[in-house]
Amino acid sequence: MSNIYKAFENGKAFIPFITCGDPDIETTKKIVKAAADNGADLIELGIPFSDPTAEGPVIQEANLRALSNKITTDDIFELVRDLRKEITVPFVFMTYANVVFSYGTDKFLKICSEIGIDGIILPDVPFEEKEEFAPVCEKYGVDFISMIAPTSENRIAMIAKEAKGFLYTVSSLGVTGTRSNITTDLASIIDVVRKNSDIPTAIGFGISTPEQAAKMAALSDGAIVGSAIIKILAQYKKESPKYVGEYVKKMKDAVMSV
Amino acid sequence: MSKGRFGIHGGQYIPETLMNAVNELEAAYEHYKNDPEFNRELSDLLNEYAGRPSRLYYAGKMTEDLGGAKIYLKREDLNHTGAHKINNVLGQALLAKKMGKTRLIAETGAGQHGVATATAAALMNMECVVFMGEEDTIRQALNVYRMRLLGATVVPVKTGTRTLKDAVSEAMREWTTRIDDTHYCLGSVMGPHPFPTIVRDFQAVISKEIKEQMLEKEGRLPDAVIACVGGGSNAIGTFYNFIEDKEVALIGCEAAGRGIDTFETAATISTGKLGIFHGMKSYFCQDKYGQIAPVYSISAGLDYPGVGPEHAGLYDSGRAKYVPITDDEAVNAFEYLAKTEGIIPAIESAHAVAYAMKYAPTLSKDKIIVVTISGRGDKDCAAIARYRGEDIHE
Repeated sequence: MSNIYKAFENGKAFIPFITCGDPDIETTKKIVKAAADNGADLIELGIPFSDPTAEGPVIQEANLRALSNKITTDDIFELVRDLRKEITVPFVFMTYANVVFSYGTDKFLKICSEIGIDGIILPDVPFEEKEEFAPVCEKYGVDFISMIAPTSENRIAMIAKEAKGFLYTVSSLGVTGTRSNITTDLASIIDVVRKNSDIPTAIGFGISTPEQAAKMAALSDGAIVGSAIIKILAQYKKESPKYVGEYVKKMKDAVMSV
Repeated sequence: MSKGRFGIHGGQYIPETLMNAVNELEAAYEHYKNDPEFNRELSDLLNEYAGRPSRLYYAGKMTEDLGGAKIYLKREDLNHTGAHKINNVLGQALLAKKMGKTRLIAETGAGQHGVATATAAALMNMECVVFMGEEDTIRQALNVYRMRLLGATVVPVKTGTRTLKDAVSEAMREWTTRIDDTHYCLGSVMGPHPFPTIVRDFQAVISKEIKEQMLEKEGRLPDAVIACVGGGSNAIGTFYNFIEDKEVALIGCEAAGRGIDTFETAATISTGKLGIFHGMKSYFCQDKYGQIAPVYSISAGLDYPGVGPEHAGLYDSGRAKYVPITDDEAVNAFEYLAKTEGIIPAIESAHAVAYAMKYAPTLSKDKIIVVTISGRGDKDCAAIARYRGEDIHE
C-alpha cells in the first residue's frame, strides 16, 4: 500500500495537477513546494507526452512547451528525487502509456518506487489493458490509479472493485479543460463506487472555481484541478509559484468548507 | 491478453470515456456482419454506387518495358471518389446508421478518406465533420473544397505537427466529447479494437476480387501482391485473402520520405520501435523516451508515425515484408505509370508502383505480380509539379 490514503486523512482532499518542465524544471520545483505548503493533499505530476489525446488545449500546450525545453523522463525523475528531500505529500505521475512502456515498464516503476512516487495515472490505459501495467505497479508498491467516466455505467462496479489508491472520477464527457457547468449525475456514479469499494474517490476534469471544487468535494472525497493551474503557469511563467500557492490555498479552503 | 490482438499488437488503449462506445460498436458489428440484409445493402452500395468490382488490369506495356514478371494493376483508383477508402466508409456509415447514429466524424491525411466519408454522409443524410491537419489542408486544398461541397465541415487541426497523427488525436478527442449520436469513422486499419478488424473486413473485398479475377485470367494465384502502407488499409485489403496462401508473397511499401537514414521519413517498420499510441500497440516512429516523432513523406496519406497492428503482426511472423520507398522513387513511379500506361496513380500508390519497378525485372517472365493502385493521382499533380520545380497551383 502506498501513502495515497494519507491524502484523504485531512478532510476533503485538494489535488492539483502540474505539468513538469513548464516553463522549466526549477519553476516546477517551486510550484510543487508552493502547492504543498498551501495545503495540497496529493500532487499529480504530469510527464509531458507529444500527443496527449485525453487533454484539452491548455494542457496540450503545456506538454509541448515542456518538450520544446527538451525535458525528459529522466529529468523528471531527478526533479522528484530533489523534491522528496523536503516534501512528504503523496505524488502520483500522470502520463501516457507510451512514456512508461518505451522506458521499460519495469525499469520505470522501479525508479518510481525508489524516488517516492505513490501512484500512476495513465488515461489511455482502461480496465481491459491494465494487466500490462498494474502487476508491475503492485510489485513496486506504486498504486495504479483507475478512472471512471460519465459513460462508464455498467463498468463502474468492475472498475471500483479492483481500484487501488484512489479512484479518479471524470466529471464530464470530453477532454481536460475548465467548464462553466458540470451536468453529469455524479451522485449516482459515486453511489455505485461506494457500494463496491472502500477506497477514496476524487473528481476531476472541468473544475476551476472554489464553488465547483466545494460542490465536487461534497459529492466525493476530493477535487482534482489541472487546466486552471496550467493557465496560471502559462500566464505567469517563472513568477507562477506565488500565484499557484494562492490558488491552492483558496481551493483547499473551499473543499474543507463542505 | 485483451481483445483485438494480432500477435502482441493491437488492443484497446483508450480513455475510459470511450470504452462503452467501442464495446457498443463491436457488438453491433458482430451482429451485422452476419446479417444478410446488411450485407445485401452493402453489396448494393459497393456495386451500384461505388462501381465495384474494380478492374484487375494487365499492364502489358509496363510488363514489356521492365522485362520480368507479368504485372497486373488492381484499379481501386477507379472507384467512386477515386480511392479504396470508399469500401470502408460505406461499410462503416451503413453500420453507424443501423446503430442509430446521425453524425460521422473522421480524420483525413491526403483528404481521400475525408472525401469518402463526406460522400457517404451526403448519401445517407448524416452530419459530417472531418479533422484534417492544417498542413494537409494546404497540401490538399482541392480535397478540402470537395468535402465542403459534399456538405461536410472541415476542421483544420493546428496542434502538434498539423498532419495526420494530429487529425487522429483531434477526432478521438471530439469523440470523447460527443458519443451518443456520433460514430468515429476511422479511415485505416489502426486505432483501438474493433477498428483494425472492421476496416480490414471492409477492405478485404480488394483481395477477394483479385483472387477471383486472377483465377479467371491466369488460372492461378499471383506470386506477389504489392501495396503501399501508411496505416495500411489498402495493403491489408490487398493481403487479407492471401494470408493463408503461403506461396503468395505479401509486400508493403512504406514511405521513406528523404530516406530511412534521415529524420525526414515515415517508414515505421524500417525505423520505428514497439510502442502504444492511438489506441493500439504496434510499431511507431518515436524517440528513446517514447515521444512520437514528427514524420515526413511527400505523400500526405502515408505521413503517419505508426502502422496498423495486423501489419505489425504480419511483419513479426515474417508472413509479409515491408520495404521503404523514397519520395524520389515514388515521384519517378508516378511519372512512369502516367507515361507508360496512361494511368496517373495517387502518390501514395506510386510507392507500390516504385517497388514493382525494382522487383519485376528480378523475376522471370512466368511470374505474376499484382500492384494495388489505391487511388488516382489528380489530387497530387500540383504538388508533384512543384516537386519538379514547376510553380503550379490549383
